[in-house]
Amino acid sequence: MAVREITYAEALREALREEMLRDDRVFLMGEDIGLIGGVFKVTQGLYEEFGRERVRDTPISETAIVGAAIGAAIAGMRPIAEIMYMDFLMCAGDQVINHLPKIRYMSGGKLKVPAVIRTQYGLYRYAAAQHSQFYPAFLMNIPGVYVEVPSTPYDAKGLLKSAIRDENPDIFIECAALYRLRGPVPAEEYTIPLGQADVKKEGSDVTVFAVSYMVHIALSAAKKLEGEGISIEVVDPRTLNPFDKKTLVESIKKTGRLVVIEPDHKTAGVGAEVIAIAMEEALDYLKAPAVRLAAEDIPPPFSPKAYNAFLPNEEKLISTVKTLVKSGKQLYK
Amino acid sequence: MVLNVIPIFMLVMYLSLKSLSKELLLDMYYKMVLLRRFEERVVELYRAGEIPGIAHGYVGQEGVAVGVCSALRKDDYILSTHRGHGHSLAKGIDPRHLMAELYGKKSGVCKGIGGSMHSTEPEVGVIFSSAIVGGNIPIAVGVALAFKMRGEDRVAVSFFGDGATNTGAFHEALNLASVWKLPIVFVCENNFYAISMHISKSVSAKEIVDRAVSYNMPGIVVDGNDVVAVYEATLKSVERARRGEGPTLIEARTYRWLDHGMYYLGKYRSDEEFMMWKQRCPIKVLKERLIGEGISTESELSRLESKAVHDVDEAVRFARESEEPDLEFVKHFVYVR
Repeated sequence: MAVREITYAEALREALREEMLRDDRVFLMGEDIGLIGGVFKVTQGLYEEFGRERVRDTPISETAIVGAAIGAAIAGMRPIAEIMYMDFLMCAGDQVINHLPKIRYMSGGKLKVPAVIRTQYGLYRYAAAQHSQFYPAFLMNIPGVYVEVPSTPYDAKGLLKSAIRDENPDIFIECAALYRLRGPVPAEEYTIPLGQADVKKEGSDVTVFAVSYMVHIALSAAKKLEGEGISIEVVDPRTLNPFDKKTLVESIKKTGRLVVIEPDHKTAGVGAEVIAIAMEEALDYLKAPAVRLAAEDIPPPFSPKAYNAFLPNEEKLISTVKTLVKSGKQLYK
Repeated sequence: MVLNVIPIFMLVMYLSLKSLSKELLLDMYYKMVLLRRFEERVVELYRAGEIPGIAHGYVGQEGVAVGVCSALRKDDYILSTHRGHGHSLAKGIDPRHLMAELYGKKSGVCKGIGGSMHSTEPEVGVIFSSAIVGGNIPIAVGVALAFKMRGEDRVAVSFFGDGATNTGAFHEALNLASVWKLPIVFVCENNFYAISMHISKSVSAKEIVDRAVSYNMPGIVVDGNDVVAVYEATLKSVERARRGEGPTLIEARTYRWLDHGMYYLGKYRSDEEFMMWKQRCPIKVLKERLIGEGISTESELSRLESKAVHDVDEAVRFARESEEPDLEFVKHFVYVR
């Protein structure tokens, strides 16, 4: 299999392009995605190739964008709507929460809503509290919509293709800090099943469950910890709904320790759910309390120094893992 | 307060019924009576505790649903609201399946999962009903977009009330539909009250229809209690949409005879206003014209009235005899798997 190194943004673009070539029903709409190829350039070149009917620039109308994607989907199309920042997703809150996940159910299964809502969160962009939010856990609390959080170019492409082909609605959450990340992506066609976590690195001492960008922090920490004789296993959920409990539980059985590292807020965040699953399904295997490293419970600050400290980082992860391995319960003293 | 409406009623062209087929007119008459008898029965059964949950009655507004839906093809899609029983029946949902849904039965139009406010029957062109005020309008725009992108000559119709025209969803949707020239008709059923809030206190525009101007689309005011006028206005708008000329906003003025829901919420309407609208009952208006213009007879119409009663009886019998879904059953419909 021929493998090239391409960026996360290029991988997403390839997925969009290939699915548009494969299926006439697939089309894109969103703010500034056409003429200028998107503010993050993910859709660059698609307007020229597919034309303005299939790559539709929209007014700044998030409710109409998500609503129209839902309408087109129930009428047989495969819309992919882009919401420029995850912060803006809640401008369309009614459509995202009361409609997108509910329509199939309320119709008694008569309708399908095969729409994909692509959005991104702006990690390390120093853009203050309305352009930096990441709130995936809240979407996990809304049954009826799938949630993807790809961390690599390979996963981004394979998951997006699956999301487009899947008959269910998806909120596909990209990370702006990853758009330029390069990684291996096969030249050949492939997809990644929704609901399968990926063990990004195998290890034996601690399971580090890392969400989105945090996968890279965990992988970097893993190398440093290896030099000190500590082996961590990095589990990337890839999709938060469907949630792959099995891979999480298997990893805990192997390592006996769990750290969740996540770029969302700590209270009622992804880690809260992950640890609750660990308690319900793997308590007997835990040798130490499970730990969360998350963003502080304050809105994202603007000033870079404060912002960097607000997020979990590699240093905090390394020291947490070391403490967990050495002293277990003392973490809570 | 309501007198300002009268001159606009006078503006509506008084069309001769003779330009329409008798078959169509009698079908509209039957459907209006069906809607009325259905809703009256719903109120009765609700108060008796047989129908659970919440429901919103359509009594008094029959001219709008029947007038609009009579001007549509079966493959045109309507999107309805929390007050949607009338739209569902007018577009062709089997009264038995609607009644069973109100009872929360498996044989219901949404298998007992949706209830009163979410009718969906794509086969007859009821694509979706939303219980969030203004919620269906952007979705209707997407339905129209799908029709346009596939080059079909189908039309989407979004029903909503006067209250919905104050939502952001209304604004975003009408703007986008106009910018993209989509085949859609926006039907505002102006019954003057959003629960208790009169439009004079909630709508900044002089008339709701004036809002069409800012979206650069035609706006038509029509007497919603004249089913034929509603039919004509819809036909005109639908033909325009099919020709690819874009959306229209229809403001159909009508009146809700029941309260917002099934319970009395307090006095916010005058008796005088109420009586004036009852005098203009849409069923009575059509009946008088059908007989007055010699198109039909009292006995012919009374046969249709009996059929409506029979169909509602049958719907109730069907609903009562149907089975309820259990938790395991409803779990199957969240995802496509």
